[in-house]
This record gives sequence, C-alpha cells and structure tokens, in this order.
Amino acid sequence: MQQLAIERKYPEHSKKFRKKAVLLSVIAMGLGQIYNRQYAKGFLMLAFYVYGIYTAVTSLPHALWALATLGETETHLQKVGRLYKQVMGDHSIFLMIEGLITVFIMLVMVWLYIAGIKDAYRTGKLREEGVRPNTFKQTLSFVAAYRFPHIVLAIPMLGVVFFTVMPIIFMILVAFTDFTRDTMPPAHLINWEGLQAFKELLRIKAWSHTFYSVTLWTFIWAFFATITGYFGGFAAALLVQSKGIRFKSFWRTAFILPFAIPMFVSTLIMRNIFNGQFGPVNQYLGMLGIAKAPWLSDPLWAKITLIIVNFWLSFPVSMLMIIGILSTIPKDMYEAADIDGASGSQKTRLITFPMVMYSMAPLIIMQFVANINNFNIVYLLTNGKPLNGDFQFAGHTDILITWLFKLSMEQGKYNYASVIGIFIFIVLSVFAIWNVRRTKAFKEEDAS
Amino acid sequence: MRPGNKARTTIRLSFSYIALILLTAFCAYPALWVLMSSFRTGDALFSDTILPTSYTFSHYTELFAKHPFGVWYMNTLKIAVSSMILGTILTLLTGYTFSVFRFSGRKNLMSILLVLGLFPGFMSMIAIYILLNQMNLLNTHTAVVIVYAAGAPLYFLFAKSYFDTIPRSLVEAARIDGAGHMPIFFRIVLPLSTPLIVYTALMTFTGAFTDFIFAKLVLRSPDKKTLAVGLFDMIGDRFSNEFTMFAAGCVLAAVPVTILFILMQRFLVEGLTAGADKG
Repeated sequence: MQQLAIERKYPEHSKKFRKKAVLLSVIAMGLGQIYNRQYAKGFLMLAFYVYGIYTAVTSLPHALWALATLGETETHLQKVGRLYKQVMGDHSIFLMIEGLITVFIMLVMVWLYIAGIKDAYRTGKLREEGVRPNTFKQTLSFVAAYRFPHIVLAIPMLGVVFFTVMPIIFMILVAFTDFTRDTMPPAHLINWEGLQAFKELLRIKAWSHTFYSVTLWTFIWAFFATITGYFGGFAAALLVQSKGIRFKSFWRTAFILPFAIPMFVSTLIMRNIFNGQFGPVNQYLGMLGIAKAPWLSDPLWAKITLIIVNFWLSFPVSMLMIIGILSTIPKDMYEAADIDGASGSQKTRLITFPMVMYSMAPLIIMQFVANINNFNIVYLLTNGKPLNGDFQFAGHTDILITWLFKLSMEQGKYNYASVIGIFIFIVLSVFAIWNVRRTKAFKEEDAS
Repeated sequence: MRPGNKARTTIRLSFSYIALILLTAFCAYPALWVLMSSFRTGDALFSDTILPTSYTFSHYTELFAKHPFGVWYMNTLKIAVSSMILGTILTLLTGYTFSVFRFSGRKNLMSILLVLGLFPGFMSMIAIYILLNQMNLLNTHTAVVIVYAAGAPLYFLFAKSYFDTIPRSLVEAARIDGAGHMPIFFRIVLPLSTPLIVYTALMTFTGAFTDFIFAKLVLRSPDKKTLAVGLFDMIGDRFSNEFTMFAAGCVLAAVPVTILFILMQRFLVEGLTAGADKG
C-alpha cells in the first residue's frame, strides 16, 4: 500500500479522473469503479447497490413508521359476518426490533456507499498519477494481506452486534416507553413516553427512596466485597509463599477449592450452611453454647453473611494473581533491604505491598465494577431477602442489578428496569473506560 | 547468627501453619459438608452429628430415578463443550487481532467491547428472547450455545495481554519466511499459548456449565434443562425435604469442574498472571 503512494510528477492537465469517478459513484455505488476499469469490483458493488435501494424502498418506510408509532392498530374484536372475531393488532415490540434491524442494515449500506465514493476518489487520483488501478485479483490479494484484521474480527463482531449491541439499544429504547406487563403486546400497544419512567422513578417518593437506598447499599457492598477479597488473597499469598513453608502446592490447591467449585453449587450450599434453623453453622454454635445468629433473616446479619460468603468465593483468584506477581519482584530488592537491616514486616510494607499494588490497582477497580454487577451471589444466597416493607419490590440485601431483575422478570416493569439498567451502565462505563485507558494493555508500547 | 533467631523462626512457622490449617478448613468445609450430606440417610437438612452415622448411596440412584438427571447432565456437557470450542476460537482470534495488528478504529473498538462486557446480561434478555423467537430457536440448545459463544469475545482482554507477551520477532521472522497470517497464528502463536488456551477454554466451559439465568429463560421443557436449571428448580421447589438428594446432585455437578480446575491449576496461574500483568 505504502509503495503505491510514492510522490510522482504528473501532468497538471486534469483532475478529471477523480472528479468523474466520484460523481459516478455518487450517482450509483460501483459506477466509479467501473469507470476506473475495475469491472468485477464495480459490478459487484452495483449489484449490491441495487439490492440496497430495493431494500430501502420496500422496507425503510415501514421500519420508520414502526419505530415512530410502535404500531397503530390495537388487537380488537371485529365483526366478521355475524360473529365477533379477535383481530390481531400491531405487535409493538416486534415492530421495534424489526425497525431497529432495518435501520441498522441501512446504516451499513450508507457506510459502504461512502466507502465506495472514497475508493473511487483514491483510484481516480492514482490514475491521474499514472498508476494502473488494481485488477480484481490484485484487490483480492490486497484485502487478504492488509485487511486481515477486519475480516477476522467480522465474525465475532457480528455476534456481538446481534446479541449484545442490538439488545442493549432495544433496552435503552424501552426506558422511554410505557412497556410493562399491563401493556404487554400483542394485546396492547406500547407508546413512547419520553422521560416519563425516569421522572416517576426519581420523583415518586416510594420509588426514589428504594432507588437511593439500593444504590447506596450496592456501593457499600461492592466496596467491602472487593476489599475483603483482595486483602484476603494478599494475606493468603504471603502466607503460602513465605520462607520455610512446606507443601506449598498442597496449600495452594486447598485454597483454590472455593474458586473451583461451580458458583451456583457453592452458593446454594452456602444458603443451606447458613440456614438459621437447621444449618450446621448455627448448630455448631449451639453445641458451643453460643446463641444462634440470624444469618439470613436479619437485615444487618444478611449483609454480613453476603460479604463473608463472597470473601470465601473471591479470595482464591486474588491469591493466584498475587502469587504470580510476587514471583516477578526482583530478588535483589530484598537483598538490598536485608543489608540495610530491614525487618520482615518492613520488607512487606515497603517492597512487597507497593509492588503488588502497582500491578493490581487496575484489577481491583475492575473487581469493584464486577461486584457492583455481582448478580449471582445475591440472587442465589439471599435473593434480596429479608424483605423490606419500605422498598418497592426490593429486599434489604438487593443490589441494583437484582432489583432490576425482579422488576423486569417478576414485576414486569420493563421500562423502570431499563432506566435502572441505563444508570448502572453509565456508572460502570465511567469506571471501566477510566480504568482501561490507564492500563498497559491499552497504552501501546510499540507504535508500529 | 543470634541464638534467638531459630526459636523465633519456629514460632513464626508454627503460627503460619496454624493459619494455613485454619484457612484450609474454611475453604474445604462446604465441599466436605455437602459430600457428607449426600451420603447421609434420611432427607433432612438438619443432622445431629457432624459426621453421618450411617451411609447410603440411595440419594445418587434416586436422583436418576426421580429426576431426568442423566439427561440434564448430557445437555449441560453438550452445551458447555460446544460453547467452549466456539467461544474459545472467537476469543483467541479477537485477542490475537487486537494484539498483533494495528488498524484504524482499533482502540475505540476495544473500549467499546470492554464496556459492553460490563453490561448486565439479562437487561438485554427480553430482546434476545424476542430475537430467538423470531429465529424459531426458543427451547433449543443451539440458541444457548450461540448466545454464549457470541458473548465470549467480549472478554478478549486476557487473550490480548497474553499475546502481547509473545515476542514480536518470532512473528516477523515467520512473515519474512513467507508464512501467511493464518499459518502464523495456528503453527507458531497457538503452540506457544497453551496456558492461555487452557484458561480461556476453562472459563468459557465453566461459564456455560454454570450459567442458569439465561438457560432458565430459554430452556423450558424438562428434557432440555441443564444441570444448573434443574438443580435450582429442585431447591426452589422443596429443598427442605429433599435436601440430601440435592446435595448428591451438587456433588455430581461440581466434581468434574472441580477436578478440571485442580488439574489445570498450573495453566490457571500462568494464564491469570500473564493476563494480569498490565500495570
């Protein structure tokens, strides 16, 4: 590619090639390429263009109508002959998704159209400079050599667009509608409501109270869950790797156990272990003559239990990572410290801790973000219980994400759930982008 | 050396060993408890003694007699293995491309993917449900596999960080020798990446093996259920009077994954640390 762009002298006589190529490409995608004598490519693009126009004419108006109105006819009874029959109306949700897909395809077409014009311009310019345009074969081999990343990424990205991006856009749209179980299509039509759901969630006292309380607890939870897991892992790593300890791999394997057991199994088991009436923990406490603790039935205790169980689940990963980092700390730092007469705790505090923190900081933030979103443990361990009478469909231990789940799957308040989803998403993206931009994997060492 | 030193080391070590033993007990207890419960006679959660007084295998056989446990197991394995193969290939390719190639829009694409990976999955579930409905894929394993595999590349960062550590000169040398992109990836880069492959495969496998929210939504009929869904429904319905059977189910579900993890421990540490080394 680079070799082709060599500066060369060419007669000033015209810019006709590129002008004409661009003009033709504006009229119809592919014409510019044909004009540039790239026939195979040009006709392919032209065929694509015809198909695109056909799609645009046949389905774009419908799609725009669908997105704008979300359907106009409600399911209703209609007199057919002498009997009333149920006539299906418009299905707002299907209309919305189909509309989205069509608009998305159209955007891709437009993008290709613009790319076609750019390509015609470039080739025209090369022709003015006296370079023969690539033949179809050359184009193909150029694509294989220089567009390799795009081709490889196309498949995973298609999956991501279809199963992640589209659904997210859909759910963001839902936040601006009145989509709830009561307006469930096809029986009813859904309407655009603008910021109504946002207003209701933040203005109506009962809802806003739940929203703020649950948000506060979500952050407290994420903070403690992250800190305990991290420092627990740190302590375990130091313990296992400290001088003179034998059977290191045995201890390590034992500590990995909580990480290795599938989470849905271990959390369900934990739910039974901490069962207030029959669970073994209270049973042992009873044997020791200590009063039973209301592990999962008292609001404060339930929160503490959640953090304990999360500690059990999460410290092994931190431990494994920190063990890895410990092995990369240069030995001579410790030797130098020994010569200076540093004690063991000084070495830990002044060498090990800063070195590990340096590598782990981005991961701790990611862990924090993941804990804000830690649906599984809350759902499986407490399911948000104990119930809170002051909250709207949330319990004391519900975090935002489980509340969202309950609102959508159990209460059918899809628009409220979407508003919460958008809120979570904004909070998380801020953390993630800020964090990720700082990590080495992003700051490209090599600019090649 | 001062004479006090040796005594001090001994004291330090004894404390360390006590801590290690306590921590081991803390880690292993739930697993042992559920194992014991699964062999205990009767079906209640409560037991008077720490160790069962009499042992029985009947809960395991009941599991297959009363519930379609064998079917669930095969379903889960089928889904997990297919998603593992597809998801691993997609993740490795994505990570490799981002690591080796420089192209326009690369950084933005990476940021977008990372943020998308944080999006709460079931926020979009209703939409996915409708999409699957449109494609006539509801209540099929194919749907679950497609969705799991399609989601896997969002977690490409570990793969990318790992590939970043492979010396670029190797790839350059191969390219000078005339090797194409694909041969370089398969013949040179992949053989050097065993820890990463094992780590990615293990993660996608367990992800698919243990997910239940999405599987619960899509898989409706009993003959399509996975282990997680089946076990969860079991505990949801009547866990208190079938507890020991549930425990047996847990043991059967957990054992293969646990063994896999312990066997793969070495790769796990290497994969994790290579991926984590990005301060």
